[in-house]
Amino acid sequence: MLDTVFFYFFALLTVGGGVLTITRRNAIHSAVSLIVSLIGVAGLFLLQQAEFLFAVQIVLYVGGIMVLFLFVIMLVNLDESARVRQFNKQWWLALACVAAVTGELLFFVSKGTGGFRLAETTAAAAGKVGNTERIADVLFSQYLLPFELASVLLLAAVIGSVFVARKKV
Amino acid sequence: MHPITTVHYLALSVALLAIGTIGVLTRRNIVIILMSIELILNAVNINLVAFSRHFNSVDGQVFAIFVITVAVAEAAVGLGILIALFRNKETVQADEIEILKW
Amino acid sequence: MNFLDSVWLIPLFPLFGALAMLLIGRKLDPQGVGQAVPPAGGHHRSARSKVLISILCPGTVLVSFLFSLGAVWQLAGLPERTHQIVQFTWLAGLPFHTAAGALARFTADFGFLLDPLSSVMILVVTGIGFLIHLYSIGYMAHDGGYYRFFGYLNLFVFFMLMLVLANNYVLMFVGWEGVGLCSYLLIGFYFHKKSAADAGKKAFIVNRIGDSGFILGMLLMFSVFGTTRFSDVNKALAGLGPETHFGVLTAMAVLLFVGATGKSAQFPLYVWLPDAMEGPTPVSALIHAATMVTAGVYMVARSNHLFRLAPDACLIVAAVGALTAFFAATIAMTQNDIKRVLAYSTVSQLGYMFVALGAGAYWVGIFHLYTHAFFKALLFLGSGSVIHALSGEQDMRKMGGLKDKIPITYRTMLIGTLAISGIPGLAGFFSKDEILWQAYSNPNAWFRVIYVFGLVTAGMTAFYMWRLMALTFYGESRVDAKAAAHIHESPRVMTVPLVLLAAGSVLAGWIGVPKLWSIFPDGFRTFETWLAPVLGNQIEREANPGLEWALMLLSVAVAGAGIALAWSLYQKRTPAREPLQALGPVYTGSLNKWYVDEAYDAVFVEGLSKGGGTVLARFDQKVVDGGVNGAGWLTRFTSTVSMWWDTWIVDGAVRLTAFAVELSSYPVRIFQTGSVQAYALVFVVGVAAVFGYYLVR
Repeated sequence: MLDTVFFYFFALLTVGGGVLTITRRNAIHSAVSLIVSLIGVAGLFLLQQAEFLFAVQIVLYVGGIMVLFLFVIMLVNLDESARVRQFNKQWWLALACVAAVTGELLFFVSKGTGGFRLAETTAAAAGKVGNTERIADVLFSQYLLPFELASVLLLAAVIGSVFVARKKV
Repeated sequence: MHPITTVHYLALSVALLAIGTIGVLTRRNIVIILMSIELILNAVNINLVAFSRHFNSVDGQVFAIFVITVAVAEAAVGLGILIALFRNKETVQADEIEILKW
Repeated sequence: MNFLDSVWLIPLFPLFGALAMLLIGRKLDPQGVGQAVPPAGGHHRSARSKVLISILCPGTVLVSFLFSLGAVWQLAGLPERTHQIVQFTWLAGLPFHTAAGALARFTADFGFLLDPLSSVMILVVTGIGFLIHLYSIGYMAHDGGYYRFFGYLNLFVFFMLMLVLANNYVLMFVGWEGVGLCSYLLIGFYFHKKSAADAGKKAFIVNRIGDSGFILGMLLMFSVFGTTRFSDVNKALAGLGPETHFGVLTAMAVLLFVGATGKSAQFPLYVWLPDAMEGPTPVSALIHAATMVTAGVYMVARSNHLFRLAPDACLIVAAVGALTAFFAATIAMTQNDIKRVLAYSTVSQLGYMFVALGAGAYWVGIFHLYTHAFFKALLFLGSGSVIHALSGEQDMRKMGGLKDKIPITYRTMLIGTLAISGIPGLAGFFSKDEILWQAYSNPNAWFRVIYVFGLVTAGMTAFYMWRLMALTFYGESRVDAKAAAHIHESPRVMTVPLVLLAAGSVLAGWIGVPKLWSIFPDGFRTFETWLAPVLGNQIEREANPGLEWALMLLSVAVAGAGIALAWSLYQKRTPAREPLQALGPVYTGSLNKWYVDEAYDAVFVEGLSKGGGTVLARFDQKVVDGGVNGAGWLTRFTSTVSMWWDTWIVDGAVRLTAFAVELSSYPVRIFQTGSVQAYALVFVVGVAAVFGYYLVR
């Protein structure tokens, strides 16, 4: 029962934060709303017994990316943009398309439950091995190559962002 | 109360995806657009973790780790581009940047 | 020595002489034209270098004569008196289909045929040719171009021998053309004189007209028989069945006769012969009396198998011959140039030969050819001697009283005149009389008319020949004072041939004695029997000795009357005015050769050349230039069309493509907003579509 309450609480945080993110005029408000949404997501991870991911989410996403966002928002003067029109000309068309996609996806989700028996609850994974250990087990053996590639990707991203954002002489 | 099943998480994921997509397509401010992209990525992560839990396999979570890694890289580079763009065009409104218009 | 097999050498000796003259003649005698410088040693002594020419050229002809004698002697010993050698195939031609559909080849060999007929001809050509060469040594001593003259003369003998020795019509035609060429060269020997050059051209051109008939006849023969070799043609003719269409043969015979007309100066192609007297007198003697002009007679005689099968052609031949004989004699009666008289006389006598051939008595025609050669050559050479004595004077009105001054010439010419007039015992009598008898007794009634013409002509012949004698040798001298001082008898090299020819004129006729004179054994008739294998036996006539004697006496009487008339008019007193002028317009017409040359000039020369020129000019203007202009217009037109095509269709297609692309770009442009969010929207639309696809599947 507690499961259900917490689920709905975190779900509310996530979706509410998301809605606020996309509707605020002030960019700082949007960023803070996103932080709230991300924390909601982190909570959902925790509920799924994905502790490592919960930690990573908080540390990286909230502590890294959102801080970066806030810095950039402050670097870029957004006062002017807060006064102009916020939504572009194609908003109604976008709304329609997304509604269509959403409708289709929900239909898939509901229809597909039969084969996967998604509606059944699953027992918590009993284990003497913790979540982090399990991830480490798989990450450094089976998924070693993607891991290394990810590090290369990060290197590229670092170099790239430094290069793109440098001040032209 | 009914138990929380994987379907709930999936439906949540779809909702968050919809919100994020609307944000990307609708907002004029590029910073907000970037934030909406982060929302989409998070929706995907929720989906992955839900299935990881359902199949009792940790692969989904590993995948989610990589998604976060990519999100980090993408955010960094994207904001760098935004700064460079702001320097050149003095604006962060998406529809004011239409150099490639016919 | 087998002369028969070396018969091919006979033409080659004079050819060798001609080539020698071509190559080294100029070195031996540097003076090409004009009067020669008289050498030291007097008027009649040739220069040292000329002696070589004088020995070489007549010498080759003499050798040919000796070879001919040898060959004929050996021929007489053969059982079948014919000897044919084919040296090699000359024209190896294409196969073709004859009119009858048989397969034949257009071939001609380089082959020689020695039989009684050609043997007579080669003896006449080489024998009389040699005498005339000898004579020329003296006659041409004054003239420049000595080597040229002998070279041409030798070349002529070569061609004439090729003509008579050929075993097929094509090779004969080579000789035919060759003698025509030499005739042109020799007539125009004094080429810097315009009249001589013109006469040479006239001879060649008129000859050519006749030659076209010869060629057509030859080609017709090819197309009908597929061959032109005499032996083959005769065999084919003998094998013709009664179903053959003889019109073709008549056409063939008439075409060949047209060729003979040109070469032997019959009406209407005789006009070249009088003008040919522009050449030196030995040329007139050899070519235009004894040999070349007789080529036509020889050719018709050679084709006797063909003519026998075409009686209509025979009548045409005889009629043309008689007409020519009469016509020429009327002109000869009034001419004042001594050589002109003799030229028309030649035309007239040739007419007699054709009468004989037309009457079917082929051997008689050849007989007259043979006797005529003697006395006509004699008369020409004699006239040459007279001209030489008078330093070039040819007009008889300026002669007279030469009888005692040039006795040998006088006496030999007297014999010649009597011979041509047909005085019994001399050569001309036997041959001419036989012709008249054959004409009269021919089964075809038309020949009586021909006989009458022949008889009247005989009378005229006697008349004008005696007129010539009287004006030249008798009476008072009308010679110019300057020439009179130089009158002298010709040198021996000239008089010896005259004497020999005179002997021939007397004796030559005695091998053709008529059957009527039965007291003479058959040996005296060898001419007819000798030629019988080739010319066949003459048409059998009903033997009517009384009629024959009567006609013989009649012809002698007519000849006598002619001489008597001329005697009375010209002999005793040299008339101041020409008595014949009493005939008025007839005289004028005769003197002007009946205006034939003028008529030809007006019709052919002026008419064709000027009229033709106008026609051609207009053709050129309208048709040719019109064609060119039309081509120009066509080019411009096609270029206009091409330009239109290019502008509207080709360029249009290009422009249409561009326009289509531009048109199709308008809808596409709408998507190029430059706005990234729009592109993202398209993504989402695409995703919706994909999901939708899976939805409906």
